[in-house]
Amino acid sequence: MSLELAADIVTGICLAIGSFFLVVGSIGLLRMPDVFTRMHATSVSDTLGAGFLIIGMMVQAGFTLVTVKLLIILAIFFFTSPLSTHALARGALAVGLKPALFDRNGRKRSKELDLIRDFGVVEVRDVPPATPTDPAHAEKKERQKRRTGRRGASKPKSKGGRSSKR
Amino acid sequence: MMFAVAAFAVLVSLALAVARALAGPTVFDRMVAVNSIGNGAILLLAVFGFLTGRPEFLDIGILYALLNIVGTIAVLKYFRFGDLGHRGGEEPS
Repeated sequence: MSLELAADIVTGICLAIGSFFLVVGSIGLLRMPDVFTRMHATSVSDTLGAGFLIIGMMVQAGFTLVTVKLLIILAIFFFTSPLSTHALARGALAVGLKPALFDRNGRKRSKELDLIRDFGVVEVRDVPPATPTDPAHAEKKERQKRRTGRRGASKPKSKGGRSSKR
Repeated sequence: MMFAVAAFAVLVSLALAVARALAGPTVFDRMVAVNSIGNGAILLLAVFGFLTGRPEFLDIGILYALLNIVGTIAVLKYFRFGDLGHRGGEEPS
C-alpha cells in the first residue's frame, strides 16, 4: 500500500516534469526564428521530455516486460534524435540556409558568419565598425575585449596579433 | 488522472508541432516539425496505453520509433540529392 503510494507520487512528479519540458520544447519549436534554433528547441523535448515521461511510466510499470519495452523506446530516442538532428542540420547547411544572427538592436547580422564558419573565432576588431559613434557597437566591442581578456589561454595570442597588426 | 494530464500535454505539444509544420517556411522546418510529431505520437501511444490499462501499445510505439528515423533520413536524402537511390558521399554541386 505504502509502496504503491510512493510509486504513484514518483510517477506523478516525473510525468509533470516531462510534460513541462515537452510543452516548452514545442513552444520553442513554434517561436524560434530559425531552422537551427528550432532544432535546438526540439532537442529539449526529445531528451528531457520523453526521458522523464518514460521514466515515470517505468516506475509505474515495475519489473515487467513493459519496462523493457519502455527502455527500448528510450534507447531508440537517445540514439536517433541526435542522428536526425545532425542530418537535418547538414542538409540545411548544404542547401544554403544560414543561421540568423541578431545584435541587440534586433538587426540581422551576416558579417560574422564567414568568421564563425572557420572554427568559430569571431574577431570583431578586424571588422570595421559601420557607425563608429554608435554607443551600442562600442559597448559590444568593449564587452568582446573584456571577454577575450578574461580567457587566459587566448589572451597573449590575441595581443600578439593586435600588435603585429599595428 | 496523472496519465490524462500527461496525454493532454503531449496533445498540446503535437498541436504546436503541427502548427509549425503547416507554417514552416522551408522544407527543413517542416522536417523538424514532422520529426517532433513522430516522437510525440510515440509518447502519446505509450501514455495512452497506461491510461487505458493496456500497455501493449508499446510495441506499436517501438515500430513507430524505428520508422520515424528511417522516414526522416529518407526525406532528407531525397531533398539533398534529388534521388533516393543516390550513393551519397560527395556533396551535390
